[in-house]
Amino acid sequence: MNRLLLNKIILMLSTLSAIIGISFLFWILATLTYKGVSSIHLSTFSQDLVNGGIRNLLVGQFTMAIIASLIAVPLGMFAGIWLREYSNGSKLASIIRNLSDVMMSAPSIVIGVFVYALFVAPFGGYNGFAGIIALAIMMIPIIISTTDNMLALVPKELREAGVALGGSKHKIILQIVIKSAKVGITTGVLLSFARIIGETAPLLFTSANSQFFTMDLTEQFPSLTVSIYNLATYPDEASRELAWSASFILTAIVLIINLTGRYMTRNKK
Amino acid sequence: MSKLIMETKDFSFTYAGVDTPSLKKINLPIKESKITALIGPSGCGKSTLLRAMNRIHDLYPNNKYEGEINLYSANGKENILNIKKENDFIKLRQRVGMIFQKPTPFPMSIFDNVAYGLKLAGVKDKTEIQERVENALKSSAIWNETKDRLHTSALGMSGGQQQRLCIARAVALKPEIMLFDEPTSALDPISTSAIEELISELKEEVSVVIVTHNMQQASRLSDYTAFMYLGDLIEYDKTDIMFMNPKEKLTEDYITGRFG
Repeated sequence: MNRLLLNKIILMLSTLSAIIGISFLFWILATLTYKGVSSIHLSTFSQDLVNGGIRNLLVGQFTMAIIASLIAVPLGMFAGIWLREYSNGSKLASIIRNLSDVMMSAPSIVIGVFVYALFVAPFGGYNGFAGIIALAIMMIPIIISTTDNMLALVPKELREAGVALGGSKHKIILQIVIKSAKVGITTGVLLSFARIIGETAPLLFTSANSQFFTMDLTEQFPSLTVSIYNLATYPDEASRELAWSASFILTAIVLIINLTGRYMTRNKK
Repeated sequence: MSKLIMETKDFSFTYAGVDTPSLKKINLPIKESKITALIGPSGCGKSTLLRAMNRIHDLYPNNKYEGEINLYSANGKENILNIKKENDFIKLRQRVGMIFQKPTPFPMSIFDNVAYGLKLAGVKDKTEIQERVENALKSSAIWNETKDRLHTSALGMSGGQQQRLCIARAVALKPEIMLFDEPTSALDPISTSAIEELISELKEEVSVVIVTHNMQQASRLSDYTAFMYLGDLIEYDKTDIMFMNPKEKLTEDYITGRFG
């Protein structure tokens, strides 16, 4: 009798906790949708921030995130490949692996400050490149760890089979091992992209923000997340409404990328 | 006595980071166009020996080889333990193919799986690749099952089919020796007998060394059997002699199932 009772209590507690946790998520989504959708107009997408739209912000945010990915994905993947395939479990490898894991949980504001000191202060002002570097720094450890972990899932027999057929090590890694880990690595890339596209802190004082449409990365660069941060603190109703719709759009973007990533993992063979 | 294709001479092998050798002064002949079975309890070194024969151990650093493993060809003999250059390793592995315990299809189509080794070997001519893939699949008794889906993923095949595909992949390179490392231990009885039949057909063209835990398999398939125990080669002889009339007490005990 006691065991059954205990079982019921635990079941109730865990259900309750789950409901509390999920209800906050839905609360956020519901508020965002309610407040965000109502203030979205066609002009939100066709105008720049200076005219009450977010066109330049979306373009700016994606430009920085995409260029950051172009830097971080190859760097992180090669580092991950070295860790798993070439380091033979050396001491250096385990130090790098640990450092990379620590970097993954480094507060993003710290990365922002670091990049500020190296790429903003010496160059006399906020610039898009600094924002890209900050985002890339955030992304690299995630890519390293995903690549490392996904390659670890590829059975060593597959590498041996490739080598036994007369392949050289690098050919087998590039043509077979990576191919087997493709879905996992792609998912990791997508999820890390979703992570950096929504970051504010690393951009706050690296690329800062711009009200105008620009593709000049040597200047302050428009950012959706930093704009949300700014707009939300302005007193006028129009700015706050724009902040809501921008938040809704950002959330939708992150959600879609995340769901795509998860969908891909689920459908892998 | 038939011709030698390979022999190990006082061959010892020590894994990286271990003091004692896993194989101690092994002297084992491998006869041409015959099937040689390596038997013995787990940990006796039979897989280690097999994996030395195409030097797949070299994927991992700091393993130590001593003695000789000679590979015979029309041009005389070559001690494969002297191989240092990547190109020579690649040539060795094209001459000495290997099949693993678990099927290892590559994540590509059935056709590309078989063509992959040929492409690695530098075969570029499309019609030649086409022909050799087809012949390899035919001689691996899997052509009928695959001819209508050559361009679908090999990962969708059953375990037994995958293993035959792996054999086809190795056969396509026309190796002189094929090493089988417990090729049927992950398969059901029907797939097992298909693979066994295939191996005994293969010996027309290629010499076979097979590691097996299955005593019946060794006695059914092989022409010669080597019994190993704790890193030593205890006894080697014609299979029927080994199974009917072993000289060593240890061999008899193992074969009759008294230990192992």
